Amino acid sequence: MSEIGVGHYLTLSAVLFTIGVIGVLTRKNAIIVFMSIEIMLNAANLAFVTFARATGDLGGMVMVLFVIAVAAAEAAVGLAIIVAMFRHRETVNVDVFTTMRG
Amino acid sequence: MSGLAVAFWILAAVAVLASLLVITSRNPVASVLYLVVSFFCLAGLFVTLNSHFLAAIQVIVYAGAIMVLFLFVVMLLNLGTPQWFDVAATPLKAAALLLGVAFVGALAATGLGGFEPAARGPASAISPDVLGSTEAMATALYSTYYLPFLVTALLLLVAMVGAVVLARRER
Repeated sequence: MSEIGVGHYLTLSAVLFTIGVIGVLTRKNAIIVFMSIEIMLNAANLAFVTFARATGDLGGMVMVLFVIAVAAAEAAVGLAIIVAMFRHRETVNVDVFTTMRG
Repeated sequence: MSGLAVAFWILAAVAVLASLLVITSRNPVASVLYLVVSFFCLAGLFVTLNSHFLAAIQVIVYAGAIMVLFLFVVMLLNLGTPQWFDVAATPLKAAALLLGVAFVGALAATGLGGFEPAARGPASAISPDVLGSTEAMATALYSTYYLPFLVTALLLLVAMVGAVVLARRER
């Protein structure tokens, strides 16, 4: 147990991802839902780096760089959408925004 | 226990604790700050994986730029106080917790079940010690992955224009 292996990192990644999923499912504040998505992206990044290190393939680490860039773009657009939503309805409660419900 | 193992356990514990506080704290500002702590721990874990460049990027882009954006929006919308609606119904919360435990169990079973990396292919000409170095990353980015790299630049431009258009006040 004293030696840290791939399994430890992957388990930590799984735990962090699950915390993100639970956050998305239980919170109704759009900004906190958004932060939970960031936690999930980070968990995926950790798994990517772990696999890259374990297999000696640099592709996983380069992918993390792209994930971070996409996360930055996503955060900018997503937060702009939240600001627009707030301007429209004066709230960030995700239950209020049901216009597109089928 | 080796120093690396001690670092892993401390960083992992703080990362999990901070992430739990993100999704449980009532105050969005506190959530943002706990998320910064979590991101710093992830950067530390990247260092333990010999991936120093990604650790630096994690701190600069995530903990620096993205979280400032989050904090800015929380302050802008004046959401620094607990919101009355922000409590999920108990059955939903219980279901989410149950599903979460099952999910992490399934993932951990595969993760801890003795994962053996596949035999190293010809791609692993780089020694593990320099795998995550800035030089190795830059060489890969500007040779093998130059096209995705260019597309990323385009994506950031589109995202910037999109954010400006979305957040603009209509006249």
